[in-house]
Amino acid sequence: MSGGAAALPVPATAAAARRRRNYARRYALFIVPAAAVVVAVILFPWAFTLYVSAFDWRLGGERRWVGLANYAALFSDARFGWAMLRTLLYTVLAVVFPLLFGLAAALAFHRRFPLRGLARAVFILPMMATPVAVALVWTMMFHPQLGVLNWLLTTAGLPPSMWVYSASTVIPTLVLVEVWHWTPLVMLLLLGGLAALPVDPYEAAKIDGATPWQAFRHVTLPLLMPFIVVALIIRTIDALKAFDTIYVITQGGPGSASETINIFLYLQAFAFYNMGYASAVVVVFFAIIMALAALLLWTRQRVRLT
Amino acid sequence: MRSTITRRTALRTGSALLAAPAIVERANAQSAFDWRRFRGERIEATVQLSPRGQLLQQSSKEFEDLTGIKLGLEVVPEQQHRQKTIVEFASGRPSFDVTEVSLHVNKRQVGKARWCADVKALIADPTLTAPDFDFADFGQGMVNYATQADGRMDTLPAFADYFILYYNKELLAARNIEVPKTWDEMFEAAQRLTDASKQVHGHVGRGLKNANVVLWSSYLLGTPQRDMIDANRQLITDTPDAVWAGETYRKFLRDASPPGSIGFNWNECQTTFMQGRAAMWLDGIGFAAPLEDRNRSRVAGKVGYAVVPRGPGPNHHCALFGAGYGIPEASRKKGPAWLFIQWALGKPMQLRMLAEGRGVPARASPFRNEEAIGRSTFPRDFFQSLEASSKIARAGLPEIVPVTQFRDVIGTALTNTISGADVAAELKRATSEFRPVLEQSERES
Repeated sequence: MSGGAAALPVPATAAAARRRRNYARRYALFIVPAAAVVVAVILFPWAFTLYVSAFDWRLGGERRWVGLANYAALFSDARFGWAMLRTLLYTVLAVVFPLLFGLAAALAFHRRFPLRGLARAVFILPMMATPVAVALVWTMMFHPQLGVLNWLLTTAGLPPSMWVYSASTVIPTLVLVEVWHWTPLVMLLLLGGLAALPVDPYEAAKIDGATPWQAFRHVTLPLLMPFIVVALIIRTIDALKAFDTIYVITQGGPGSASETINIFLYLQAFAFYNMGYASAVVVVFFAIIMALAALLLWTRQRVRLT
Repeated sequence: MRSTITRRTALRTGSALLAAPAIVERANAQSAFDWRRFRGERIEATVQLSPRGQLLQQSSKEFEDLTGIKLGLEVVPEQQHRQKTIVEFASGRPSFDVTEVSLHVNKRQVGKARWCADVKALIADPTLTAPDFDFADFGQGMVNYATQADGRMDTLPAFADYFILYYNKELLAARNIEVPKTWDEMFEAAQRLTDASKQVHGHVGRGLKNANVVLWSSYLLGTPQRDMIDANRQLITDTPDAVWAGETYRKFLRDASPPGSIGFNWNECQTTFMQGRAAMWLDGIGFAAPLEDRNRSRVAGKVGYAVVPRGPGPNHHCALFGAGYGIPEASRKKGPAWLFIQWALGKPMQLRMLAEGRGVPARASPFRNEEAIGRSTFPRDFFQSLEASSKIARAGLPEIVPVTQFRDVIGTALTNTISGADVAAELKRATSEFRPVLEQSERES
C-alpha cells in the first residue's frame, strides 16, 4: 500500500500538468474576443500614433516620412517646454490642495453632529456637476466687471481681481475651480478609509494619554495612508488630463499663460491639423505619465508594506 | 377661283387648335422643374450653430415638404464644426452630403484637397437647377470670395459677415460725441467716454489670442498695405503698417477698454456692451440680433450702427468673413444635396435671413426688398451700414491653409502687447515663427 502510495505522486503530477496544458489549449479561444478588443482599442491606436509621429503630416496635405524629426523639434520647442512646466505646476496645486481640504473635510464629517448626512450631501454636490457646465458658470463669475466674485470682493472692501483675465492669476484661479470641483471626491475616499479604521489603536492611545493631535499624527495618518495614496493617484491622473475646464474658461489664455500640455496637444491636432507633431506630443506625454504612474504605484506598494 | 382649303383640312386645323392649350400645358408641366425627383431619399447636412443655422433648423420641414427628401440636419458649434468637417473630409468618407465651410478659415484647405464638388457644374445643369435659381443674384464679391484661385467653386456662398461699429447712442449723446469717422477720432472718443468710477469704458474689443487677430486686421485694412500677405504670398506682418495696426490695437485695448480685456472673446465683449458698460464695439454684424433683444439686452433700441472708421491710408475697408455650402466629392447624393443648397440659399430663405437680422445674405435681391426691410424690427441704420459695408468689404484674414495657426501665433503676439510688450518686437518674433509654416504650406500647395 505504502509503495503504491509512494508511486502515485509522479503520475498525478504529470497528469495535472497535462490537464493544465489541455485546459489552456481547450479554452484559448475564449480569450480571443477580449484580446481583439485590447488590440483594437488600445494596442492598435498606440502603434498607429507611434507610426504617425514619424511623419510630417497635416490633414489634407502630403504625408512625408521624417523619422525622429518631430521629437527633435519638440524638445527644441519652447512653447512645449512651457506647456510642460505649466502642467506640472497645475498638477501639483490641483493635487495638494484637494488632498489637504479633502482630508480636513473627511475628519470633520467623520465626527457625529446634527444634520451630518445633509451636510455631507451638500458638500459632494460640486462633484456631480458636469465639468463644462461648471466651467461656464465660473467663467461668468470671473468676469472682471460683471462677475459676482468681484462684486463680493468690492462689497467686502477688497480690491477686485482679474481672475482668469490676467497671466499672473490665471493658473491659481483655474486651480481654485479644480479644488472646488474635486475636493468632495477626496473627502469621500478618505471618509471611507476613516470608517474602516479599527478602534483599538485609538483606545490604546487614549490609555497612554495621547493628545488628539498625537492620535491623528501617529494613529490616524499612518492607518489612513493607503487611502491617501489612492486619492493621490486618482487626483494626479485627473489633474494631468485636465482639459475641459481650462479650455472652456481660458482656451489656454491670456496669451498662452494657461496653455497646459493637453491644450497644446489639442491645438496641434485639431486646430493646426498637425497630426505628426501632435502624435509625437502624445508619445512623450504618455511616457511621462507611465513613469509617474510607476512611481505612484511603487509608493503605494511601499506604504502598504510598511 | 377654287379654295384650296378642304373640309378635311379645316377639321384637322380646328382639332389642332382645340387641342393646343392642353398640349402646351402638358409640355410646360414636363419642362417645369421637378423638386420632388429625389423624393424618398435621405441626406445629411451639417451647419454651424448660429442664427443662420437655427433658421435652417426651424424651416427644415419646408424643405422636406417641397422635395419629399428626408433631411438629417446637424447643427454644431462653430469651432467644433470646423474640426469635425475637416477630420471627416480627411477620412475620405464624410458622413454628410452638405456642409457649411467657413471661407475665412477653411477655403484654401478645402480647395487644395479638392474635398468638395465644383458647384459650377451643378449650376449649369438645367435638370438639377431650378429655373428661378438665378445665380446672377449672388453678389459678385461673395462669388469671388467663394471661388478658388483655379476658378473652381467648392461652395455656394451663403452669407457674409462684415465688421461694423456698434455704438451706444445714449452714451455718445450724453457726451455730445459724434460717430467717429477715423480710428484717431474713435480713440479720442473712447477715452472721453471712459468713466472707470462707473465701470463704463469707451471701447470693448477682443483680446483673447486667435480671436483678436480680426480686430488687428480691421486696423491694418485701413493702411496703404491693407493685407497680411503680399502678391508673392510672402508674410508681411512686421512692416511699419502692421506695427501701426498693432499700436492702434494696443492703445484701444489697453487704454480705453475694460480691465481684463486681454481674455475677452466676442461673448465677453457682447455681454459688456449689452449691459451698457462699453460705448463702442467693433465686431461682426451678426451680433445685432442679441443686442436688440429686449429680454436680454439693456441697450436694445439704443444701439447705433456704422461702418468701420477710416485709417491713415487712402484705403477704407471693413473686414469680410463668410461661409458657403458645399457638397463633398465623396457624397453619393449630390443631386438631393444640391436641391437642399438651392432651397437653403434660395431667395425666400435669404430674404428671411436678412429681415430677421440673422446675417447678411450672399444674394443681392434681399437688399432691394424695401417692403421686407420696412417690416423688419431692425433700425434703418443697421441696413444702411450693411449696404455701405458690402461696398468696402475685403477679406479679414489671409487665404492660406494654416490660417488657424496664423491666428494663434499673431494673436499671442497681440495679446502680449496688451500686457506691455513692444509691438514691433512681438510682431517681428511672431512673423519669424510663422514664416516657415507658411512657406512649407505654400510649397505643398
